[in-house]
Amino acid sequence: MMLISCPHCGPRAQAEFTYERTADSVIQPDAAPAEAIEHLIARANPRGLDDEVWRHTFGCRAWLVMTRHRVTHAIEAIRAVGPEALP
Amino acid sequence: MSGPRRSGEPGTIRFTFDGKPLLARPGDTLAAALLANGIGLVARSFKYHRPRGIMAAGVEEPNALVTVGTAGRGEPNTRATDLFVYDGMVARSQNRWPSLSFDVGSILGLAAKALPAGFYYKTFFGSAKRWLLYEWFIRRAAGLGDAPTAADPDRFAQRAGFCDVLVVGAGPAGLAAALAAVEAGDRVILVEQDSLLAPSLVRDPQELDPAWAEATAERIRALGGRILLRTTAIGYWDDNLITLSQRLAEPGERPPAGTAQRLWHVRAKRVVLATGALERPLAFAHNDRPGVMLSQAVRTYVRRFGVIPGQRAVVATNNDDAYLTAAALRDAGTEVVAVLDTRPAPAGANSGFPVHNDAAPLATKGARHHLREVSARVAGKVVRWQVDLLAISGGMTPVVHLHMQAGGATLSWDEASQAFLPSTARQNVTSIGAAAGADPVGPTLAAEDPAKSFIDFQNDVTLGDVDLAWAEGYRSVEHLKRYTTLGMATDQGKTSNMAALGRLAEKQGVAIPEAGLTTFRPPYTPVTMGLLAGRTERDAGAHQRRLALYQVHQAKGPIWQPLGYWKRPRAYPKSGENLSQAALREARAVRTAVGMTDVSTLAKFEVSGPDAAALLELICATTVAKLKVGRGRYTFMLREDGLVFDDGTVWRLGVDRYLLTSSTGGADRMAAHISYVRQFLRPQFKVSAVNVQEHYAGIAIAGPKATKVLAALIDDDPPRHMSTVAATIARVPVLVLAASYSGERAFEVYVEATKAEAVWNACEAEVTSLGGCPYGMEAMEFLRIEKGHLVVGGEIDGRLTPHDLALDKMLNKAGAYVGAQGLARPALTQPGRKQLVGLDALSGTIPEGAMLVQAPGQPAEGHVTAAGLRVLDGGSIALGQLDGGFARHGEELLATSPTRRQSARVRVVAPHFYDTLGERYRE
Repeated sequence: MMLISCPHCGPRAQAEFTYERTADSVIQPDAAPAEAIEHLIARANPRGLDDEVWRHTFGCRAWLVMTRHRVTHAIEAIRAVGPEALP
Repeated sequence: MSGPRRSGEPGTIRFTFDGKPLLARPGDTLAAALLANGIGLVARSFKYHRPRGIMAAGVEEPNALVTVGTAGRGEPNTRATDLFVYDGMVARSQNRWPSLSFDVGSILGLAAKALPAGFYYKTFFGSAKRWLLYEWFIRRAAGLGDAPTAADPDRFAQRAGFCDVLVVGAGPAGLAAALAAVEAGDRVILVEQDSLLAPSLVRDPQELDPAWAEATAERIRALGGRILLRTTAIGYWDDNLITLSQRLAEPGERPPAGTAQRLWHVRAKRVVLATGALERPLAFAHNDRPGVMLSQAVRTYVRRFGVIPGQRAVVATNNDDAYLTAAALRDAGTEVVAVLDTRPAPAGANSGFPVHNDAAPLATKGARHHLREVSARVAGKVVRWQVDLLAISGGMTPVVHLHMQAGGATLSWDEASQAFLPSTARQNVTSIGAAAGADPVGPTLAAEDPAKSFIDFQNDVTLGDVDLAWAEGYRSVEHLKRYTTLGMATDQGKTSNMAALGRLAEKQGVAIPEAGLTTFRPPYTPVTMGLLAGRTERDAGAHQRRLALYQVHQAKGPIWQPLGYWKRPRAYPKSGENLSQAALREARAVRTAVGMTDVSTLAKFEVSGPDAAALLELICATTVAKLKVGRGRYTFMLREDGLVFDDGTVWRLGVDRYLLTSSTGGADRMAAHISYVRQFLRPQFKVSAVNVQEHYAGIAIAGPKATKVLAALIDDDPPRHMSTVAATIARVPVLVLAASYSGERAFEVYVEATKAEAVWNACEAEVTSLGGCPYGMEAMEFLRIEKGHLVVGGEIDGRLTPHDLALDKMLNKAGAYVGAQGLARPALTQPGRKQLVGLDALSGTIPEGAMLVQAPGQPAEGHVTAAGLRVLDGGSIALGQLDGGFARHGEELLATSPTRRQSARVRVVAPHFYDTLGERYRE
């Protein structure tokens, strides 16, 4: 079970988080249908680093984007998403 | 006298084995106690039912599996070597019938040629008819112990732990490492699977005084370190998380404090693995006979338990360590008649034992299920010894399981010790002591009868089976494992994998490290299901929430029905009524007068701010922004793939303030979805979306007299259908929504949950005075089916589009809602998709969940999603999904449920059986 450093809460057990989807599968409702469906269904699935969407579901409930290595599980970067994280 | 025996007192602890009362000494394992009582035959092997004894003294034991304990406390497949005897212990042998010494299944051993490696594969892939024939026979013959059928009366706990250094294994190395860490100021946890600290020092006191272990442990504890005995590190996970299984009582024992076992999740900054090493057996013909034991195990029984496993012994080895066993046996009075050493040079020349070099056992013979004779080829001639004990040592295998589970870890091959040693690791982990290196060993001499030379004792795999797999084309170690089942028994091949790997490498003509390794999977030793379940058994599996109006309902003695996290009243039966009678009475009250029901569990979200409408138009597939203040509408939500996943109502309470309701069961999913859209897709929006599901309780009042009820309760006029008004009832502020699920004129009254009781009571007084009554979920189901309203989980099952559910006319023409793009996929508008229909019974009662077919035996073209009845007139009706259903109204089909053995002829109709024009809403 990974130890994930939530930007709001600090290092917490993976059991507090839920994996939601790959970041490249996020589709905006105003994107062109063909492009949106392509992103939704055909995902890159790299053997290596990938951007993933997680949620601290059983903690602060923040949505997170995590750059994680699919083989080693090493987390290279993690950032919160939402109104508070806007520049 | 021959065979195992004990010197000195027999002991004071009473236990039984296969019903026979026996005595043990404190500290005895069951294996030690059985040997002390002269019992060498303990089990029958898994496949061939060969008689088996005790081979090891630790968790690696492949043979001596027993069932211990009775009723719900019973634990099958427990290693007799990893089980400490307690007073009253009941242990039984397994996989034998009618008894251990006379086992009918052992004829399989004679027919071993009929059950070669890959037998199961060949049988599975053979003709199905043959498999049916074999299955009964195989299931009966091949097996372990029986799982208990009674519930376990004990508790199982879970605990989290954190430390700077976790040390696994309290041998000399582990104790020294733990002491060093604790003296350096680290928080330390030290775990040991045995009940004793440094058990190897009791076996080999010449290394270090066993008293040193106690003194060291005392110092560790005094400095704040924690030491857990009978605790096994079973798994090594990401980021240095280790799971521990702690035995607070022995298997089958009544736990002193009620808790039998504890599962720990320990997060450590650094892990030190002092897990020691396991001895490898040697392969030769009939090396699985009771009386053939691992050399260090023999020494352990002699020195730790005072049990002498045999009176005349041969010691066979490829290393120096076994000479210590020969010496221990000699000191205990056993005659060591020969030491067979595979090494050419005369090692241990001064040992004083009759040593034969270049020699290994050839075969054994037995009598009455025990070793009688060992033969070996010495200087070209076969020599035989009449003995009752053969101690064997093929060198030591460091326990690298946890190191390898850590992920990304590697091993290095050490030619001298013929062992894999821990090498690099991604995590902060170090292996020390015998886990990090082993002593050199001599050559392995070829077994002359591979078909009788066992390597995996628990799964009955021989060297010959490895050869057969190779001959049949299985080249990789992974294929070999699966084909022969080698290493797949409950011991996970702790004593067998190296021998198999050696044989495979030999066949491949490569060095052992090039032959590859299989995966080391957790748990290191078997665990019970209770350990993993913890406190989640029985009612504690999921938490339960209580309705705000629980007491009100409970006073009426309802039938409760689980729904999501809650229990809701299913019906309120009067005395003498059953469920369906009560539900029908309640439903008829709604159709003819008025009824009221608790709808508090509906998901509710308050959405407010300048962008509230814009956010809702992303979440809902219908328009929202056009709603006037004080008005509401039906709405539904799509997943991104365009399929409907929930529905509800949306109400405009103020200029920038909305209330969204959706299904009870989908509440968490909807909360996550709204959060995703708001936080992730539209962070720039000025909007707040708050989950108010349990903040408000809800009461629905429905029926032709519902307006009268409301008129009596609130000052304003009751709102028109799909309108809302703020009011007070019983001096409590409420929100009244006019919406109908039942098909009658209806209102939903929302009130702060803590004040709900007064409002319910005021409503109930009016409802009752007009001849109405409370109704439960069963009546609600009758009413909504008749009206053709949808339920999430029934008609809305995540497989239908708005078009399939006849909701497409309500779609927001502007698009740009979640799921709009997915809905545009051509496959979702292909003809022949399942579509919502009504079903009217022509005869009989439509069974719940029935398949829709043309005739018995024909393929299913649809199914019944909800079966009900005409509330006032009687007659069976249902809602369902049917291939191309919209175009099939008027068609006749058979609704059949093979599991319920019920069928009814039905006519496909529109899914509205009551007030099809919706006039009763408005009245």
